[in-house]
Amino acid sequence: MKANVWYGKERLRVEEVPDPQILNPRDAIIRITSTAICGSDLHIYGGYIPGMLAGDIIGHEFMGEVVEVGAEVRKLKVGDRVVNPFPIACGACFFCGQSQHSLCENSNPNAWMAEKMWGHSPAGLFGYSHLLGGYAGGQAQYARIPFADVGPIKVPSGLTDEQVLFLSDVFPTGYMAAEQCQIQRGDTVAVWGCGPVGLFAVKSAQLLGAGRVIAIDRFPERLRKASDWGAEVLDYEQVDVPEALEEMTGGRGPDACIDAVGMEGHSHGAFGAYDRVKQSLMLESDRPPALREALRACRNGGTVSIPGVYGGFIDKVPFGAIVNRALTIKSGQTHVQRYLAPLLALIEQGAIDPSFIVTHSLPLEQAPEGYRMFRDKQDSCIKVVLKPWAEPPTLKSRQPQSPGQGEPQSGGTPHLH
Amino acid sequence: MATEFTQQGFDRSRQQRTGDSFESRPHIPTARRNRRNRQPPSLDALALAQGLGWFSIALGTAALIAPGSLSQLTGLDGGRRTVVRGVGIREIAAGAGILTQRNPAPWLWSRVIGDVMDLALLATGLRPGNSGRGRAAASLVTVAGVLTLDALAAAHLTRHAGHPLVSGVAAPTDLYFETSIATTRSPDECYQFWRNIENLPRFMDSVESVQARDEQHFHWIVKGPGGTTMEWDSEITEDRPGAALAWRTLEGAQVPNAGSVIFEADPRGRGTIVRLSMHYSPVGGQLTTGLAKLLHRDPQSQVREDLRRFKQLLETGEIATTRGQPTGRRSIMGRAARRWRLTNSN
Ligand SMILES: NC(=O)c1ccc[n+]([C@@H]2O[C@H](COP(=O)([O-])OP(=O)(O)OC[C@H]3O[C@@H](n4cnc5c(N)ncnc54)[C@H](O)[C@@H]3O)[C@@H](O)[C@H]2O)c1
Ligand SMILES: [Zn+2]
Ligand SMILES: [Zn+2]
Repeated sequence: MKANVWYGKERLRVEEVPDPQILNPRDAIIRITSTAICGSDLHIYGGYIPGMLAGDIIGHEFMGEVVEVGAEVRKLKVGDRVVNPFPIACGACFFCGQSQHSLCENSNPNAWMAEKMWGHSPAGLFGYSHLLGGYAGGQAQYARIPFADVGPIKVPSGLTDEQVLFLSDVFPTGYMAAEQCQIQRGDTVAVWGCGPVGLFAVKSAQLLGAGRVIAIDRFPERLRKASDWGAEVLDYEQVDVPEALEEMTGGRGPDACIDAVGMEGHSHGAFGAYDRVKQSLMLESDRPPALREALRACRNGGTVSIPGVYGGFIDKVPFGAIVNRALTIKSGQTHVQRYLAPLLALIEQGAIDPSFIVTHSLPLEQAPEGYRMFRDKQDSCIKVVLKPWAEPPTLKSRQPQSPGQGEPQSGGTPHLH
Repeated sequence: MATEFTQQGFDRSRQQRTGDSFESRPHIPTARRNRRNRQPPSLDALALAQGLGWFSIALGTAALIAPGSLSQLTGLDGGRRTVVRGVGIREIAAGAGILTQRNPAPWLWSRVIGDVMDLALLATGLRPGNSGRGRAAASLVTVAGVLTLDALAAAHLTRHAGHPLVSGVAAPTDLYFETSIATTRSPDECYQFWRNIENLPRFMDSVESVQARDEQHFHWIVKGPGGTTMEWDSEITEDRPGAALAWRTLEGAQVPNAGSVIFEADPRGRGTIVRLSMHYSPVGGQLTTGLAKLLHRDPQSQVREDLRRFKQLLETGEIATTRGQPTGRRSIMGRAARRWRLTNSN
């Protein structure tokens, strides 16, 4: 099969690899119809995720059709159309028992590595380093799904791939980020980052009753999407964000703040330079400008929810603000399994159309171009969907098939704003 | 040496278990009592024992070389040279015993007895008319002080005799460790799964096969270094259904070892905490160097992985793996990582 293989920092190759096999009785194999590039993949692309090995197949947002099931698979059948959650969870351990699937105790075969790094091991993830299991990812034509009865959700044929694909990750991630804010009706929620995760957080905060959502980024097309989904927007290159937030909230600060930026935050000034130098000297693994701002801006006693991924150590975090102002910090890799059914129901009811964020659809062969474009936010790129079975582009049409100005590929479906 | 210590040592640790930890007092979790009993000795006490050992040797040497001066110094008459030489021999024996034997406690007790004898001897120096009366009195006070230290160290190490550091079970190259894992399954399910010896090779990575000779005796074939295999027979020494199992190898085992596993009901009713203690003298000495630990190849880490697989099998019916999945071309680093089994992936 064809797969997108990581060979090092900014080195990806789409190449032929063996097809996946059933390795355990609860496995299934799916033929992938759509797979996306996630902001988390950019951290791998940039070489910031420890525990990657040259030759790893990456990608963790994917869906497709079941083509083979292991002897112990009961619910899934060959031919089912499914979306697959990115954490791998057994369904039977202490954490799965309380729907904390991304903390499953039984799915990381390299748990000891994660224990050395973080103290304890979370669940294994698809295509996300050997620290998190070393599982082959889903930017490929096929993928092997462990615990197939626990993860994948069947989706109705009436919905397009683009409408349901993001149930695998970014939609539940934005939703959980907002849910963790324990929003009271009328609350003000500020969201740093208007990538897919930030956008879904904006929309979810509204679905959960926020009175006011303030979205922060610097790319106009992303800010436009956020305001299309009902947020007030701040361009952090134009305004001083903490100051603006203070003014907007009568000096008190937002009730909850969401960091949907993660470890590769962008910033100018002294801290920006400081982080870049330390990160390149490997003295600091992650750059946290958005997190610092969120911690300063949040109101006393408020919640800072962190879906943005951090991998190691960060510097100059105003911890005193957390203690003295009684902030609550919430974070985690998303417990996707927990959200699949309720969020699919929201999509079916028309409360949200996730295809709204798609800007590019490319054949899998063009994954490397897709990564570059998404990382550099070129061509107004917000979300790239890869098609593993699409015809490779001919030499002449080797241009990303951008639908232009950020209209979703699927088209036609009305969005509720 | 090895066989001597193991047979003796295991017997002792087994008595310990039978005598204290596995007796039936169901309201106190067995494991906890077992652990208290095997608590490590105070390192101060071990250091004190060492100091007393050296003191014995120094004093004994002085008594042998210069019995006259020592008699003078302690206020005894010059005529006691032979007695003092005898004391010297006794001291050197006790010191050597404390410093070289794995369990110093009996030798410390021998010092306590010696101290009492010395007190009696010195008391003769107190008789009126002895010119060295004052020095004899001072020596008496000193010996009484040493007696207190001897008795303290001896009593402490005797109390902690269950711990391999004291009991003589552990040779310097021996391994003893405890590791545990929490599972959602009940103590009974855990026990049943472990007691069915066909399951053992499924989660014990180094075990190739286990065959039952009878209910209590088993024959093990285990992977050794460099593709070799090792074999031994073991017997079950304790079997408490739903609660605990203990075993040890029989005489003549290539790698003498003993272990116990305790299935302790989780206090919050959340299943079981499985506690495994293992003790053995590994082939090729102790591998617990920093590097082996870092690479997760030290014996304790390996046994921890065994427990993890045990949990996975019980809870999910399979062991999470990526071995055999597709990958791109691996670099030298990637192949080394696989060879060293740093990652489960190929
Ligand atoms: N917790 C989870 O389970 C989970 C799941 C998916 C993604 N993530 C993480 O969420 C984060 C965002 O993912 P994404 O797919 O939206 O990626 P993305 O790269 O599209 O979005 C990041 C956005 O943050 C903006 N940004 C950068 N610096 C900023 C700053 N200082 N202030 C405000 N905005 C700033 C960028 O302009 C960009 O629009 C990543 O860290 C990703 O790893 C986490
Ligand atoms: Zn993701
Ligand atoms: Zn689990």
